[in-house]
Amino acid sequence: MLRKLMLTAAAAALVGQAAEAETLRYATARDVYGLDPHAVTDSFTNIFTHHIYEPLVRYDAELKIEPALATSWEVVDPTRVRFHLREGVKFQEGQEFGADDVQVSLMRAVDPKSPLRGNLPGLKAVEIVDDLTVDLILEGPTPLLNNYLTNIFILDKGWLEEHDAVAPIDASQGEEGYTTNNANGTGPFKLESRRPDALNVLVVNEGWWDTPQHNLTRIEHTPIGSDATRVAALLSGEIDLIEPAPLQDADRIEAADGVHMLQNPGLRSIMMGINMGDALVDGNVEGNPLKDHRVRQALYQSVNMDLIRDKIMRGKSRVTGSLIAPEVKGYTDAMNERLSYDPVKARELLAEAGYPEGFAFNLNCPNDRYVNDEGICQAMAAMMAQAGFQPRLVTEPRQMHFQKVDNKQVDVFMLGWATLPMLDGFSVLSAMLATPGGEYGTFTPTGYSNPKVDELTHAVAVEIDEEKRVSMMVEALMAAKEDIAWLPLHQQPLSWAARDTVEIPQAADDLVRLWYAKVNN
Amino acid sequence: MLGFLIRRIIQSVFVMLAVALIAFMMFRFMGDPVNSMVAENATTEERDAVRARLGLDQPLWMQYGRFVGRAAQGDFGLSWRNARPVSTLLAERFPATAELVLVAAGLSLLLGIPLGILTALRPNSFSAQTLQFLSLIGISLPTFVTGILLILVFSVWLGWLPSFGRGEVVDIGWWSTGFLTLSGLKALVLPSVMLCLFQLTLIMRLVRAEMMEVLRTDYIKFARARGLPSRSINFRHALRNTLIPVITIFGLQLGGLIAFAIITETVFQWPGMGALFIQAVSFGDVPVMAAYLVLVSLIFVVINTTVDLLYAVLDPRLRVDSPRGAH
Repeated sequence: MLRKLMLTAAAAALVGQAAEAETLRYATARDVYGLDPHAVTDSFTNIFTHHIYEPLVRYDAELKIEPALATSWEVVDPTRVRFHLREGVKFQEGQEFGADDVQVSLMRAVDPKSPLRGNLPGLKAVEIVDDLTVDLILEGPTPLLNNYLTNIFILDKGWLEEHDAVAPIDASQGEEGYTTNNANGTGPFKLESRRPDALNVLVVNEGWWDTPQHNLTRIEHTPIGSDATRVAALLSGEIDLIEPAPLQDADRIEAADGVHMLQNPGLRSIMMGINMGDALVDGNVEGNPLKDHRVRQALYQSVNMDLIRDKIMRGKSRVTGSLIAPEVKGYTDAMNERLSYDPVKARELLAEAGYPEGFAFNLNCPNDRYVNDEGICQAMAAMMAQAGFQPRLVTEPRQMHFQKVDNKQVDVFMLGWATLPMLDGFSVLSAMLATPGGEYGTFTPTGYSNPKVDELTHAVAVEIDEEKRVSMMVEALMAAKEDIAWLPLHQQPLSWAARDTVEIPQAADDLVRLWYAKVNN
Repeated sequence: MLGFLIRRIIQSVFVMLAVALIAFMMFRFMGDPVNSMVAENATTEERDAVRARLGLDQPLWMQYGRFVGRAAQGDFGLSWRNARPVSTLLAERFPATAELVLVAAGLSLLLGIPLGILTALRPNSFSAQTLQFLSLIGISLPTFVTGILLILVFSVWLGWLPSFGRGEVVDIGWWSTGFLTLSGLKALVLPSVMLCLFQLTLIMRLVRAEMMEVLRTDYIKFARARGLPSRSINFRHALRNTLIPVITIFGLQLGGLIAFAIITETVFQWPGMGALFIQAVSFGDVPVMAAYLVLVSLIFVVINTTVDLLYAVLDPRLRVDSPRGAH
């Protein structure tokens, strides 16, 4: 069979002008892993499949939760939440949307073999009340249920059964799943074709239940791994929107005609974790000086974040004293206050703590994970050295870096946290500040344990009253801030670039939602 | 000849086993693939569960043994990155790499040999001097720099050629080809130029050196003395003797072209096997990396064996009584 696929990008270059009015040509650093929305937890893959599939509730352009496939919901009792489903919604292949689809999809997502399980914790069962009503049965009170649900997409039950795909895909088993390469959702766009690592084509779903805010008829998504090539493709007019746009090319893109940068501070907060265990991983002194609050404060005050913002981040980062961004629940302005940059004070504190000559420790950073991660760490190492520390800088690819972080083989290490997908301060409390154990404390620095933070975190987990919950989060985050459990640095900037004909809101979570995009040719 | 072949096949099995073993020993230093597979907020328990499901908690020799056992049955497993069979992924990507390497190899022969002859016949002419100088640049510039330069000039400034991808492709059975469409052909130009540049300069310089050597030999002088036309001397007598070592080197370098294609494919987002491998490396996708390395070692073994066989065919001195002489 001869099957032809147009790469309009190439055709457009041939004609030497932009493609037809409502096509958006979009390039990202890598391809989606697959089209099954329950097979990967990767946030880029998820937002791409979100163009085809939809959740019960979704984030709008300002990251507020709004109804999607569910129109309303109520808490029947703390472990039973009732969702009323939208009437008249059809899947792209024509099937009716209903309660059984929700049941099958949610249970597929939380299947013991599903990698997505952790994104919807505490769901025990889904009970069908009638065709358009379901009850979610929970293990306990789940204040963040709706935040979790924004990330769990609904597939059609009949379609899954027909293609023998009700069980989630398991990469350790031998079979390829039908859902990896085929898609049938309720969303604003449907899949036309997919060539992995070359071209994914989406076309508008005329039967979408919602009123479109976009004017696109077609999306051509091309992964372009090389930064230089991606920028060149934008400048040459073969591509309309790129994400990410390398920060070092920002000036060049701004200077070029017809294209512009989209740069706003994002949700992802960058911070340094501090080993507070009994010994340093790679030190030259007895014990662990970092257990001393004065030494951690000295470390904090030795770093000049304003200089890093101006020289390394090109003025685009948001320097912060908080572990969460202002958009995240639990943030207060008081949290944002930083200890001042004061290398003299840092030296004094260090001497006071008994280390006038400083001491050696490892400073671990990834070099391919966060914006300018390696540059930030090089600058910090120099600044810390000026204050009398002897940091040994280690920069590595992300796989190596996070393996060491997982195994606690780090003294001072870089971590970025966007609180996604839940968009809530609880994410930081549970994963990075609570004492490790069970589902808590995966990234908590070695030796950090504050009973007050633990108590509040466990209370926040089950508190339904929103006001009380937020005030407890603030209290816990402020307590951790006093401890200097982490050294907060900044919120890194988002960096996209687009042709001037493209209009798209840039949400702080760095996810491209093309159903809000307009192309004006 | 048959004995030679059988020995070669047995050797190649060991080569591939060794490559797979070395690969598996290296994978341990690549970091933990589980981090790419679970959510950022996954708990330690969830991470351990994934590790156990993939068999990463087992000792190295068990992982290796399982890979070899399955590979022997033609099963390379599923990619951890996108849950598709590795063999399907490789088969899907092979045509792109093959066409790119084919065009690059063709270009380097079609341009390299005539240019080499030209510079050998008129070593002092202006054009020969210029070519020699340019070939120095071609041999010393890193290929990714030439690639970016080509994109800058021909895509961004002139807007003649696409900066990425394969253009429009046509599927013939499982083979997807870019040869049959204009955009496919245009998309081939920049990557194949970038890929062939090193080979081209190498062949040109090799042909030049060999040709000048041959032109100094007695039988050429004798041919001139006989008054044969210089066209016949240069192309019938000299060139033929020049080409034997050139073909050998070219064959051996074909493997190099496939290896260099990794860089070209990355720069031009060429959806071939090299790009697949690079992605697998950055993800920690062990099944894809292992299968790719084994496949490339197989290609190297096949090419080298073919060249050795050709050598014996072309040069009678290597076909002496002792069969060991064939090595």
